[in-house]
Amino acid sequence: MTQTIEPSAMETSNDGNSHRPLGVYTRPKGGSGWRDWVTTVDHKKIGILYGAAALLFFVIGGIEALLIRLQLATPDGTVLGADTYNQVYTMHGVTMIFLAAMPLAAAFANYLIPLQIGARDVAFPRLNAMSFWVFLAGGIFINLSWILGGAPDGGWFAYAPNTGIVFSPSHGMDFYALGLQITGIASLVSGINLTVTIFNMRAPGMTLFKMPVFTWMMLVVQLLLVFAMPVIAVALFLLAFSRLFGATFFNPELGGDPLLWQHLFWIFGHPEVYILVLPAFGIISEVIPTFSRKPIFGYPFMVFSGIAIGFMGWGVWAHHMFVSGIGPVSVAAFSLSTMFIAVPTGIKILNWMATMWGGRVKFTAAMLFAIGVVTMFTIGGLSGVTHSVAPADTQQTDTYYIVAHFHYVIFGGIIFGIFSGFYFWWPKVFGHKLSERMGKLNFWVMLVGFNLTFGPMHILGLQGMSRRIDTYSPGFGFEAWNLVATIGAFIIALSVLIFLINVITSARRARGLPPIGPDPWDARSLEWMTPNPTPVHNFDEIPIVESLDEFWHRKYGSDEDGKVVRVASAEEVCQDGSAEGVHLPSPSYWPLVFAIGLPFIGLGLIYSLWFCIFGGALSLMGLYAWVFEPVDDPDIDHHEPQKEDVSD
Amino acid sequence: MSTETEHIVESDKSDDEHVHEHPSDKKYFQIAGVLAILTALEVGTYFFEGIPGEILIPLLMIMMVVKFFYVAAWFMHLRFDNSLFMKFFVSGLVLASVVYAVFLTVFEFWHKG
Amino acid sequence: MTDQTHSEETSTGISHNKLGMWVFLGSECLLFGALISTYLLYRGRFADGPAPGDIFDIPFTSVSSFVLLMSSLTMVLALSALQRGDERNNRLWLLTTALLGAVFVGGQVYEFTTFLREGLGYKTSPFSSAFFTLTGFHGVHVSLGVIFLMSLYVSSVRGNLHKERAETVELIGLYWHFVDIVWIFIFTVIYLVPSPTS
Repeated sequence: MTQTIEPSAMETSNDGNSHRPLGVYTRPKGGSGWRDWVTTVDHKKIGILYGAAALLFFVIGGIEALLIRLQLATPDGTVLGADTYNQVYTMHGVTMIFLAAMPLAAAFANYLIPLQIGARDVAFPRLNAMSFWVFLAGGIFINLSWILGGAPDGGWFAYAPNTGIVFSPSHGMDFYALGLQITGIASLVSGINLTVTIFNMRAPGMTLFKMPVFTWMMLVVQLLLVFAMPVIAVALFLLAFSRLFGATFFNPELGGDPLLWQHLFWIFGHPEVYILVLPAFGIISEVIPTFSRKPIFGYPFMVFSGIAIGFMGWGVWAHHMFVSGIGPVSVAAFSLSTMFIAVPTGIKILNWMATMWGGRVKFTAAMLFAIGVVTMFTIGGLSGVTHSVAPADTQQTDTYYIVAHFHYVIFGGIIFGIFSGFYFWWPKVFGHKLSERMGKLNFWVMLVGFNLTFGPMHILGLQGMSRRIDTYSPGFGFEAWNLVATIGAFIIALSVLIFLINVITSARRARGLPPIGPDPWDARSLEWMTPNPTPVHNFDEIPIVESLDEFWHRKYGSDEDGKVVRVASAEEVCQDGSAEGVHLPSPSYWPLVFAIGLPFIGLGLIYSLWFCIFGGALSLMGLYAWVFEPVDDPDIDHHEPQKEDVSD
Repeated sequence: MSTETEHIVESDKSDDEHVHEHPSDKKYFQIAGVLAILTALEVGTYFFEGIPGEILIPLLMIMMVVKFFYVAAWFMHLRFDNSLFMKFFVSGLVLASVVYAVFLTVFEFWHKG
Repeated sequence: MTDQTHSEETSTGISHNKLGMWVFLGSECLLFGALISTYLLYRGRFADGPAPGDIFDIPFTSVSSFVLLMSSLTMVLALSALQRGDERNNRLWLLTTALLGAVFVGGQVYEFTTFLREGLGYKTSPFSSAFFTLTGFHGVHVSLGVIFLMSLYVSSVRGNLHKERAETVELIGLYWHFVDIVWIFIFTVIYLVPSPTS
């Protein structure tokens, strides 16, 4: 359906043309240029904005990683002082998790979900824009700390009371608590938005069990966000109130318990890691079938295992706290639940492999990265299973063995998955492919660099090297593998550089050429039924869906012997993007204005009430104007969109 | 083939007629009366000293849940609406209850208090 | 103008806004659950300050709880009136609900200032920090609700809140009832269940 679905406007003028309140309330007209990007409510542009911002933060987080590795390359390192090191490794974690990985997933989710379900946009387009700008504002706010007295230095996990004002007197942790609160708003709102979108805006005939696995995984992610973000919001409030207003939540002298922080943080933190990885699982669940020329093996199992992971993820959090003194009963219970959660992921691994088995596998760059996910995540998952055995974890915890585990699942799983998605969907978004040759180079260099960096950390950890330390003394035997890891890190950096060069040179090569034709990969799902790049209105006609992999089944049927035969060409099946005058949600300034106010409120809480007043006024004004702006530009003439002619 | 899909579309939708099935104002007043009585009873326990904890606490919990249910089912219209609303709300409620009950259990709250 | 009060042609037959509100309320359960659990954990940790059993004024809080509970009735009457097209009574009940909510908030302010005078400050103990944070968050939610209700009232006075927009009132109502439900929980668990004394 293509009605403009907006948050309720409290007052709208019925005679749009004669009563146009102060010029500031009229909707911007869109068009091109920076104004278009800044006022857009188009899910595709928002997806691109998320992707660009997230890549920028990924590079920043990568530089922070290189600094860590330079410092740890040799014993008694002098590259970073201890205090600086604490800030760098804290920001590396915060940046990578909250400002890179989550927004990268949001980029794919925003761009693809409406297309995969046959919709023209999301349920709340202006809220969607708001989520992006609020995320960006929060990311900039946290990073302002570098130049305002020091970045957060308590680790991304921010254990209290270490992160209270007594032991972390600089403003760094205030930027952490307030900044993540801001980005948390973006995630929560987005979670609500995409949940409603997926439930409410599917094309006719698309039941939930005909949705692509990517959309299913993202639905689970949105529900996880909706329920998990409030928990960290409370934890961050408690921390902020302790630091800013003297609340005694974590003051042991008065009876405060440090474990309160740890529990609240990890009740959020464990669902968070599934929020991080399920998008990557969804991406490769599209890539692998496409390049195996087979449907995903066990679609219902893929869906149900994703749902199971979402559920079970709530029952394992204290495995991050095995040595914190919670007692043997709790340890045993969480140890068991952690072992069980390996099962649904194992099902997925088997199903991806079974999809490839017997298929005509094409090793494109996207496919290589996808296979990388399956293999590297398995390694990370196996070390994870060793952590679940609590007595063993007592040795492993707080060592580099843990660092190895989570980088194998985060980098090996999530980042490889993201890159697979980049190479797969680049032509859909930009109208040209990334160079396959350079993509393959990208993959192999990244694979080598990644394994060189994090493989040895298993050994270092078991040999006793502590994590979260700024340096180590000579004579423990840590030198050689640390040096190898540092070299590996620079090889990763090289691979990222190759990717960025690929982006630029592919764009240059494509300039002046017509966009790539439809369906360059002979893919399976609805987003490929539109021209590349996707027209602003998505579908000329909303498709009527009759099966899973609807797009595939329009191209292929089976003959009398049950063999797969091509029944229609891509040109015949794909729409040509020529529909005109399709009604789309109007752009708006106010999501951006609202977002800008928030970091000022944060600065105000740290420095001066005047900033609070300014920021609060700005956000309030943005909200007020948002609610009262006309639903549409009253001058636009539009007609109702068409649904497909069903009589063929 | 096309009629099949239209049928699927139809069954996805809830029966819109439910929206027009509203309790009367009189019914709302009656429910408010029940809520008021329950509240009075609850507060009454404060004035009756000597109720042992093992009885008092479950009693209070039951009255609380009943009030909760009446507001959610009738005032929030959940009993008349599409069950998807109830599923989302109950999911949040159950998840929070279970997770935080486990949290309190790890702190040995139930016998340490 | 897009008509938002009837179910759009959505896959589920329910409106985006209403579904979004219920998803949001589901998430709020996790928020208040964390605050309530923190309070429960800390209610016995009152350092050198007053204990909950010493300082709570159950009769007073009972009255303000009753006020908030009745505001749910007036809220649903407001909605019911608008669904009938009765804009005048809609306005009356909206205003009453807002007033009752304001009375509740006033009661909270009075309670807080009394506690402050009796030696229970925000920083006094984990109990006090947890208590004020939990009830403070709830109070902020009520206050926001009062602002929403007054906005609806003003909108109605201006002649812009008519029957076709009853869903807006319904959604504010859902938020309001939820905030009331949270208080039903808080009143029982924090106030009525016997608290530690010093």
